Amino acid sequence: MSLLYQIFIDPFAQMIASPDLLVQTIWEGFVGGVLYALIALGFVLIFKASGVFNFAQGIMMVFAALTLVGFHEKGAPAFVALVLTIGVMYLLALGVERVILRPLVNQPEISLFMATFGLTYLLIGGGELVFGGNPKSMIASELYLPSGSIDLKMLGGTVSLQKLDIAAAVIALVMVVGLGLFFQNTRIGRALRAVADDHQAALSVGVSLNQIWVIVWFAAGVVALATGIMWGARSDVSFALQIVALKALPVLVLGGLTSIPGAIVGGLIIGVGEKLGEFYWGHIFGGGIESWLAYMIAMAFLLFRPQGLFGERIIERV
Amino acid sequence: MFYREAGQFKTSYAADMAIFPIRQDRIGLAIILAIAFIAIPATGNLFLLDTVMIPFLIYALATVGLNLLTGYCGLLSLGVGAFMGVGAYACYKLTTIFPGVNILIWIIASGFVSCAVGVVFGLPSLRIKGFYLVVSTLAAQFFLDWCFARITWLYNDNTSGAIEVPTAKLFGLPITGPTATPTTRYFIVLIFVVTLAWIASNLVHGRIGRMWMAVRDMDIAAELMGVRLLRAKLLAFAVSSFYAGVAGALMVFLWLGAAEPEAFNINQSFLVLFMTIIGGLGSIVGAFLGAALLHILPIGLRALPGAIGLSLGSATIEQLTFAITGALIIFFLIVEPRGLAQLWRIGKQKLRVWPFPY
Repeated sequence: MSLLYQIFIDPFAQMIASPDLLVQTIWEGFVGGVLYALIALGFVLIFKASGVFNFAQGIMMVFAALTLVGFHEKGAPAFVALVLTIGVMYLLALGVERVILRPLVNQPEISLFMATFGLTYLLIGGGELVFGGNPKSMIASELYLPSGSIDLKMLGGTVSLQKLDIAAAVIALVMVVGLGLFFQNTRIGRALRAVADDHQAALSVGVSLNQIWVIVWFAAGVVALATGIMWGARSDVSFALQIVALKALPVLVLGGLTSIPGAIVGGLIIGVGEKLGEFYWGHIFGGGIESWLAYMIAMAFLLFRPQGLFGERIIERV
Repeated sequence: MFYREAGQFKTSYAADMAIFPIRQDRIGLAIILAIAFIAIPATGNLFLLDTVMIPFLIYALATVGLNLLTGYCGLLSLGVGAFMGVGAYACYKLTTIFPGVNILIWIIASGFVSCAVGVVFGLPSLRIKGFYLVVSTLAAQFFLDWCFARITWLYNDNTSGAIEVPTAKLFGLPITGPTATPTTRYFIVLIFVVTLAWIASNLVHGRIGRMWMAVRDMDIAAELMGVRLLRAKLLAFAVSSFYAGVAGALMVFLWLGAAEPEAFNINQSFLVLFMTIIGGLGSIVGAFLGAALLHILPIGLRALPGAIGLSLGSATIEQLTFAITGALIIFFLIVEPRGLAQLWRIGKQKLRVWPFPY
C-alpha cells in the first residue's frame, strides 16, 4: 500500500507542493533532450540518405569536440580551430564514403551497421592515440559561449537557467531550422530528399549518390561538432561521452528512424521523462534509474506504434 | 582434390540428413576435436589455456547463442552481455544457497534462469521489428546491468559488490575457484561448448531451424505458411538466452573467478555481436571463426610490438589495438560482407572444383 502511495500519489503531491522544482526539473530535462535530439538528428540525416544505421554518430561527436580542443591546444585561435575542425569532418566524410560506403553498396543493412561499429573503434583508438585519453575541457569561453545562470523568480521559488543551456537550445533550434530550409529550398537539399525517397529513381535522374553521401556525412559531422561543443561545455570532453550517444538510440527510435521532427520530439520526451522519472520516482527504486528509463519509455511507445511516432508507416507485403 | 564428395553415395534418408554428410568434413572435425581434446591440453601451456582457449570457447558459445537469435531468427539483439550476467549471477546465487549440489548442474540451471529472463524481454519482439528491436534489447541490457549493481541480494550483500567463485569439486578434483588447474577448467568448458554447439547444429538443421529461417526471411509469409510467430520468436529468445546464460556462468566460474557488474556491460554485448556478424550470420562455424578472430587478434596485436622489439607504452598499445581492430572489422566486411563463414564456404567450393575454376 505504501509503495503504491509512493508511486502514484506522493510524486504528484510533491509536484503541486513545489512547482518551481518541477519547472526546474522539466527545464533540465528539456536541455538534455535537446542535446539527445541533436545526436539523433545526425543519425536521421545519414539513415535517410544512405540507409546506414550509423552507430558512429556518438563517437563522431566526441571526435569532433576533441579535434577542436586539440587544434586550440596546438595554438590555433578558437575560430580558426573551429574552421579546421569542420575541415577535418569533411575529410572524414570523404574518407567514409570512399573507403566504407562505396565498396559496401547494396550489401545487407547489418553489414553496413557493423562497418560503422568498425569506424567507431577506429575513431576511438585513433582519437586517443592523437589526443590522449585524458578528459579535456571545452574551450567554451573562447567560442563566446555564455556562462553563469539567470535566476527567475516564479511560482514561489527560484528557477535557475544556465545561460549555456539556453545557448544550446538556441543553437539546436537554429540548426534544425537551417537544415529544414536547406532541405526544402536548395538544389542539393532536393537531391538529398530524392535520394532519401528512392535511390534508384534519384540515380536515374542524374543525382550523384556518392556526392550526396559525402554531403550527408559532412552535415552529420557538423551536427556532431555542434553537439560535441555543447556536451563538452557542460562536462568534460572525453570518450566517456559516447555512453550519452547511446541514449540517442531510444530517442531516434521513438521519433521514427527517418523523421527529423521525430528526432526533436523524441529527444524532448526522453529528456524530460528521464529527468522527471529520476527526480520523482528514482529514490523508490534506489536511484540511478536514469540509466535505463529512456529505453523503457521508448519501448513503451513502440509497443503502441512500432514505427515510432513520426516514422513512415511500415507496410508489409508478402 | 582432397575435398571431393564424389563416390560417397547415401543409401538412407538418415545418412542424407546427417549434420556432416561429407566424409572429409567428418575427418576434419575429428582432427579438430583431437587437437582440442588432446594436443592443446598436452602442451600444458598456461597462457595458451587460460588467456587464449578458455575465453575463446566461452565467447564462441555466447556467439553461437546470439547467432541462433540474430542469424537464424533475424532478431537483432544488443542484450547478450546482460543475459550472460543473468547466468553468472544466477549460478552464484544457486551455488551459495545450495552448496551441496554439483556446480555443473547449477551452471545448466542458471542457463534456464537466463532463458526465462530472455523470454520476458523477448516479448516485445512480436510487435517491434528490425533496428527498432535494438532498443528493447538495450532496455534489457541497461535494466539488468542496473539490477546487478543495485540489488545487493544478488551478490549476497558483500561490500565489494563483486561475486567471487567458491571452490567446487567433482570426484574430488577442484574444478572452480583458485585451486582448480587451467587444464581441468579447459576440459569442462570444452565439453560444455562442444555439446552445446552440437545441439545448436542439430536445432538449426531440423524443423525448428527451418522455422526460424522462415521467420527471418519474412515473418508474415512464415505466419501465413503456418509458423506460429509467438512460439518461434520466443523459442529463439529462450534458446539464445540459455546459451548466453551458460556462457556467462562459465565465464565467471571457470575463467575469471570473480566478476563485477561491469563485466556484463554494453561493451560485452557489442563484442559478442561483432563476433557474430564478422563470423557470419546464420552459421555455427562462423560463430567460432568470429570469436577466434576478435578474441585472438587483439591478444596477438598486443604481443606484437614486444615481439618485434618496439617499446610502446601500454596505453598506446591498447589504443593501437583498438584502432587496428576497427580497421580490420571494416576490412573484413569489405572483403566479405557476409562474414568469415562465407569465405569458408567459398574456400570449400574452390577446393571441390579444383583444379578447374567452375
